[in-house]
Amino acid sequence: MIDERSVGLVKPQFLTFAEDEPMQLESGATLGPVTIAYETYGRLNAERSNAILIVHALSGSAHAGGYHNPDDRKPGWWDECIGPGKAFDTDRYFVICSNVLGGCYGSTGPSSINPTTGKPYGLGFPVVTIGDMVHAQIKLIDHLGIDQLLCIAGGSMGGMQVLEWAAHHPQRVKATIPLATTAQHSPMLIAFSEVGRQAIYADPNWNNGDYYGQSVKPDAGLAVARMVGHITYLSEESMQQKFGRKLRNLERYGYEFETEFEVESYLKYNGNSFTRRFDANSYLYITKAMDYFDLTQPTGSLAAAFANSTAVKFLIVSFTSDWLYPSYHSKRLVSALTAAGADVTYLDIKSSWGHDAFLLEVDTMTKLIDSFLSRLAREENIAAPPVETSAVNDDDAAETPLAAQAGAAM
Amino acid sequence: MSYEPAPRSDEAMAALRPDLRAIAEMVPVGVRALDLGCGNGELLEYLTVHKQVKGRGIELSEEGVLACVRRGLSVRQGNLQEGLADYPDGSVDYVILSQTLPFLDDPAMILHEMLRVGSSAIVSLPNWGYWRCRLELLLTGRIPKAYDLDQRWHDSPRWQALTVTDFARFCEQIGVQITQQTYLSRGRRIHVRKIKNLRATTAIFMLIKAE
Repeated sequence: MIDERSVGLVKPQFLTFAEDEPMQLESGATLGPVTIAYETYGRLNAERSNAILIVHALSGSAHAGGYHNPDDRKPGWWDECIGPGKAFDTDRYFVICSNVLGGCYGSTGPSSINPTTGKPYGLGFPVVTIGDMVHAQIKLIDHLGIDQLLCIAGGSMGGMQVLEWAAHHPQRVKATIPLATTAQHSPMLIAFSEVGRQAIYADPNWNNGDYYGQSVKPDAGLAVARMVGHITYLSEESMQQKFGRKLRNLERYGYEFETEFEVESYLKYNGNSFTRRFDANSYLYITKAMDYFDLTQPTGSLAAAFANSTAVKFLIVSFTSDWLYPSYHSKRLVSALTAAGADVTYLDIKSSWGHDAFLLEVDTMTKLIDSFLSRLAREENIAAPPVETSAVNDDDAAETPLAAQAGAAM
Repeated sequence: MSYEPAPRSDEAMAALRPDLRAIAEMVPVGVRALDLGCGNGELLEYLTVHKQVKGRGIELSEEGVLACVRRGLSVRQGNLQEGLADYPDGSVDYVILSQTLPFLDDPAMILHEMLRVGSSAIVSLPNWGYWRCRLELLLTGRIPKAYDLDQRWHDSPRWQALTVTDFARFCEQIGVQITQQTYLSRGRRIHVRKIKNLRATTAIFMLIKAE
């Protein structure tokens, strides 16, 4: 199952900080201690200049590449783009991915234990923002001893974190790749977020966020939220192609309220499987963080947001059929950055996959990302990491046996 | 990380399309240039590698943008018809438009925009005044194909046939001054000035705002 273009077996790692002094959040609240789950692939070079941070979307995790176990059915969520010879080439770059603050895949979030009560936070967890998520990522980068990232890449909510880095921490990054994203969450996006949240609130099992340790969770609400999400990630064309009006295991209409159409079955399946892997409260907190995201604040001007980011290089990509984050959001970003004098490469990729395209248009994305990173490496004189497998520092301990483990797994 | 060694400057120059070669000669070393409709990035790559130009491009087609990114260029997808509004005044030294003017709806707008964003503009265009074009129209009664542009009137995108004399008059009318001109006949430079409209298949002009 694990082929030679995979990063092989990987181990989740954890960084805990803000143990003595709590982390200051943008809302004014504080939080501590904070744990961030992360994974790394590839090796740091001697100058520590070849690090790339991958940031995930709404439901993602730190597990972006490789496998946790040899018999895992699926690799990490962006495995098609992370590995030797892939878009983010782990022979050349040190790739890091962490779970966002507020998430439910190992980083501190509403399902974590509140040290003052000894019980899960639930709604006692403070509301976090994209800015807070990025502050936690900065702690991680500091911990890994990296002054400046070569690049940060991510799509959708990941793209928002990418833009947050570029606008507010431009000295910490040489280049950014925001994909299928926006600099300002639109009213339509807020509306979809709210429908998802309302579905969760309406589930009696949600119990105001206090359901941890109960026999039932707000699965029905979370499943509906996920179904709405899935609709927005597709396009009419891709739904037509994928499902058409096909019936599921039926010759003709049953004239009853059962799952009859393929598309219904798809939504139901994805909604239900989501409840087995995601926490409803995390869904509330993360969608809220996205809704607050607006880089035009406080001046009202997007160009002003990037006034200090002119040294950062951008590869911006949108997709023609993405109606959730339509191309004009990216074009607005391109305009603002061009006006600010930044180095911007932009492509609106023709695709019928809707918002999901950023994970599906692998060939075109690989060409773009690989060439963009090669150019960066050339212009910034980035050395390749040492060829021999050797631990660069303690944090890479999980990296060292990778080759051996991958070999054993094949 | 290893890279292909850059080809020698003269070899790379020889590989360029003839009008791009003429443009490359006009662009000084180390300037900032913006190439409008930069296609596969052939010219921008030459300017970046061999003339240390800080080059950016705008290209409409996905294939073009991809090809440019593959060459390691900074290019954004965009439609020139929408103008260059995002670019601040005087933000580059040279704005280049090669073999694209006949396809644009509003040539005056684009030339003014080029000279707002750049201090100079370089434009290459196919010449329908070339004697064979004239003869083709006269003898066959059909709208001629420009020698250096493989498009008939019905091919998409549509083009507007014009001659170098038309262009010179037009520049005068809209307050644009021609400071340098190069004429090519089927890829070779010609020096005859008087019957250039009859002999040139492509012309390259350096432009500035008229005093």
